[in-house]
Order: sequence, then C-alpha cells, then structure tokens
Amino acid sequence: MNFIRKFYYGDIPEDKAGGNIVSKDSKTDWPLWEVFIRSKQGLDHKHAGSLHAADAQMAIENARDVYTRRMEGESIWVVESKYIIASNPDEAGELYEPAKDKIYRHPTFYNLPDEVNHM
Amino acid sequence: MPVQDLEKIFQQKIDEEIKIEPKDWMPDAYRKTNLRQISQHAHSEVVGMLPEGNWITRAPSLKRKLILLAKVQDEGGHGLYLYSAAETLGMSREEMINDLHSGKAKYSSIFNYPTLTWADIGAIGWLVDGAAIMNQVMLTRTSYGAYARAMVRICKEESFHQRQGFEILLVLSRGSKEQKEMCQDAINRWWWPSLMMFGPKDSESTNSDQSMKWKIKRKSNDELRQNFIDMIAEQIKTLGMKLPDDKLKWNEERKHYDFGEINWDEFWQVVKGNGPCNKQRLDARREAWENGEWVRDAAAAYAKKRAARQKDKAA
Repeated sequence: MNFIRKFYYGDIPEDKAGGNIVSKDSKTDWPLWEVFIRSKQGLDHKHAGSLHAADAQMAIENARDVYTRRMEGESIWVVESKYIIASNPDEAGELYEPAKDKIYRHPTFYNLPDEVNHM
Repeated sequence: MPVQDLEKIFQQKIDEEIKIEPKDWMPDAYRKTNLRQISQHAHSEVVGMLPEGNWITRAPSLKRKLILLAKVQDEGGHGLYLYSAAETLGMSREEMINDLHSGKAKYSSIFNYPTLTWADIGAIGWLVDGAAIMNQVMLTRTSYGAYARAMVRICKEESFHQRQGFEILLVLSRGSKEQKEMCQDAINRWWWPSLMMFGPKDSESTNSDQSMKWKIKRKSNDELRQNFIDMIAEQIKTLGMKLPDDKLKWNEERKHYDFGEINWDEFWQVVKGNGPCNKQRLDARREAWENGEWVRDAAAAYAKKRAARQKDKAA
C-alpha cells in the first residue's frame, strides 16, 4: 500500500524510500550516549538528547558543543544508552494501576472551609 | 492483540494529541514516513552548511565571520538533533549517512543553488531559514515525540539565523549603489527557490492525506507557502527592495497576497539531481566523510586502548 502521495518540504519522494532499512547493529558506529544537563545549580539534571562518541570524555565534550552552545548548562551527565533500562509502554496499564484509585493522595481531595483554604 | 486493534489505539492516541514515543507500537508506514522525513531533514541541515561555509573565510568583517561560523555550527547541531531523533526509529546513523552519500536519500533542493555573493548569505538567513522556520514551527507539534522535541530545540536557535540574515541585507540596502544592487540581485535569485521549499501545490495530490491524519504534518504546503509570502511581502518594505514577481499583490478579499506561478519544471529538475550544485554538494560531503575517517578510527582505537588499560588496572 502506498500511503504517502503528497509531498511536503523535507519529504521528497524517493524511488526507494530511505526508510525501508531497519537495523540496530553497526560495527563502526561509536556508541550512543544519553545526555543530561543541569541548567543551573539547584535544579535537576534533565534529559537533553543523545549523541555518538567513542568514550565518556568525548561524550561530555560533544555534549558541551551540541547542547550548551548558549549557556544552557553548568553540569553534564552522560551515560551509554545501552545502560538505560526503560519500562515497557505495553505494560503501562498494570504498572501504574495501583496509583489510579487513590485520589485521597491529592490535597484537592479534601474540602475544607474557606477560612483555612490556603492550607 | 490483532493489528487492527493496535492501529485503532494508535490513531486514538494521535486524535487525543498524545505523542507517540520510540517504544510505542506504531504502524510500519508511520515509522517509515517519519524516518524518511526526519532523516531528509537532518541531511538538509548538514548539506545546508556547505553553501554558507563557502563564505566563512570571505565574510566582510571579523564580526560577520564569527556570526556565520556560529550559525553554521548551529546547523551541524540541528543535523545531530535530527539524526538522533531518526535513530530512535531504528535506523543507524551510519546507514543514514551512507544513503545521503550514495544519493539514495534526498535533502532540501534549496541547497543545490550557489552562493555567489555576500548578499546571498543574508538572503539565505532571511528567506531560506525563514521558509524553514514556517515548517519547523508547525513541526514542534508533530505527533512523534522525539521529532517534536528536536524541533523545539531547533526553533529556539533558528530565529537568530533569520534575524542575522535580515540584518545583513538591511546593511546592504542602506549602503552604496553597488551594495543595493547586490542585495536586490540576491533576493531575485533566492525568492523562487525559497517558495519551492514548501513542495508541490496541494492540488497535485488526489490521495487522502495520511500524513495529516497521523498529525506528522498539520498544515498543507500551500498554507505554509502563503503564510511565508504574506510575511516576506511585508518585511521587504523595510529593505526598500522588490520581490521578483509582477503578480505579487495584496488581495483584500482573501486577506492574503496573490502571487505568480512557480516554475515547477525547475523544481523537479533540481530534485532529480540536475540543479546547479547537486554534484558539488554531494562530492563535498563524501570528501569530508572520507577525509575524516582516520579521525574516527583514531578515536575508536584510543577509546579501546584506554578501556583495556582500565581493565588491566582493575585486575
């Protein structure tokens, strides 16, 4: 089935569309790293993106060049992507189910008189 | 779960404006479309460095050199954000780069035009980046999360690009007679190719639009192009220059500018590889890749050696 017949900017038709090769292994690619940036002291490190680098030192230097060109950070964490363990979205239902029926954990569950409403 | 159900859940998420993330189930065609589009976009950023890089050493002052260098570095960064987003869909960086170098993957045709004078750098910032921004602002709301996040980052940086381009032209437009002519000449040459960046007319498509349904795109080519024309037609008044289109005229009824016919033959010729610089651009990319091989190899060897030494120490 040919879904896409309308051509947009950045979506130029190709005889053999670039998107038909799916593979994850490549011998010569440098490993992938996830980058976390703390934008200023007192805040959490936040995921900024990912990049390739041969080793940790290079990952930090590349992260500086790619993600902090405009003073976006003052501390960088890098971790090789293969060490990130992620929850499975297919199991999200069961995983988060226990929290679903516990609305009494939220402050708005409690109706208080106006006098103390800023509690 | 049967595929029909998965597709239904997927479409429901899209309709409810829930972003699709890398590990979520997605139809194969959605994956491929995104992969093709994001990698083409990444290639465009990378190839886009070439016409501008051409002017770094020739920019008229140290300030202009520094600015242009920073802009070109941004484009490299944008390419990287996008390659990373595309990788989350399961294609390796190296494969994408190989596809670019083999000519199999496309990039935006606009970069197959030459940068003949310094004013071209201004016209690229103002018109080419301006057109790209129209598209990219829309894409910050695209349905694939990793793509949308890359776009947010890119849009934050792009407005510097457009402003510096306009400023280059502004200075020229207030300069000597030759400078004014140079400014007008660059606008004349970049105007129509910039309009082509939005792709063929909507009427060229008779099929139902899957990309819209999946919210990969949210505006049509013609809509984006019209927005761009309306914006530029106003901005050019500040420059005191003219857009090279006799038919360009405000239409009070439509509340938009009318404009002349785009040369679609030229568009398809450049897409097919017959533009002024197609060969030159790809050659430059391949050469950079091949000449950089020893650096990549050396870094990998160094990392390996250091890892081995650390292992020895631990043992």
